[in-house]
Amino acid sequence: MNWKRAGIAALCVVPLIILFGYGLTRDPKEIPSPLPGHDASPFALTVFAPGQAPLARAPGDTVKLADLKGQVVVLNFWASWCLSCRDEHQILSQTALDYVGKPVHFVGVLYNDEPANGTKWIEQMGGQSYPSVTDPGARTAIDYGLYGVPETYFLDANGRIAYKATGPVNERIIRYLVDSLMAVAAK
Amino acid sequence: MIRVLVALLFAGVASAQQMMPADSILEARTAEVASQLRCPVCQGLSIQDSPSELSQQMRAVVKDQLRAGKTPEEVKAYFISKYGEWILLEPKAHGFNLLVYALPVILIAAGLGVIVLAVRKWTQTPTST
Repeated sequence: MNWKRAGIAALCVVPLIILFGYGLTRDPKEIPSPLPGHDASPFALTVFAPGQAPLARAPGDTVKLADLKGQVVVLNFWASWCLSCRDEHQILSQTALDYVGKPVHFVGVLYNDEPANGTKWIEQMGGQSYPSVTDPGARTAIDYGLYGVPETYFLDANGRIAYKATGPVNERIIRYLVDSLMAVAAK
Repeated sequence: MIRVLVALLFAGVASAQQMMPADSILEARTAEVASQLRCPVCQGLSIQDSPSELSQQMRAVVKDQLRAGKTPEEVKAYFISKYGEWILLEPKAHGFNLLVYALPVILIAAGLGVIVLAVRKWTQTPTST
């Protein structure tokens, strides 16, 4: 056996195998967000869909992040044209009701959509327990490094982004994150 | 004579810049920064080249920040803080990213080395028959 040739071949092939292994074991759609662990950008957005009692807010009210300090915030970006948003809508709406009376605040943010379309969509979906706000110019969406909808941000009681969920969320992940963040806040 | 011509040329360029409306300068600076930022919802397009709504909105953010007095580097830093370095179309040359810049040079050097060795081998005169 020619060890010199074998060594050169290994030198060429091994890095390629490592590179392919690295590339093929990663999800190309997953782009890590730099935001978790950092302070959430402040926002003051206007309610267009009031939600239902006891979580209702009057249309035209302003939801400010600064007013939600001390509470866990679930910030869900959605749109009426987003098909995946249908998959999580009922779960988010019901889970928000389950947490009534606890220091948790759910907010829907309409992304690149008309409020009238959003209102109609909510009606078609059988209502939404928590209020939704508009985001003119998608300024808040960009502040939160949004790629598309749905995306959900879980903010801790100190106003820091704890987790960013890309795609539809399920009940298990919402409850796990909200319960964990509430437990940390209670300490 | 050449000096006079060069001086006139520079004076012309300077006066053209002075005459350029502030809006056009801002547009040009916006386009320059926007062309370095990746459109999050496209494949390999900058927010300057992409017609998507999000890209247009991101361009508006770039323009507003430049208008407010931020430098292009500060504007890019804002987008990096929100989207990570992924948002830059051209990765910064540090850490793992260095591989992107170094690999082509290494491969070309290795290729040249192989060619030189092969040519030497082919042109070697046989030492014995």
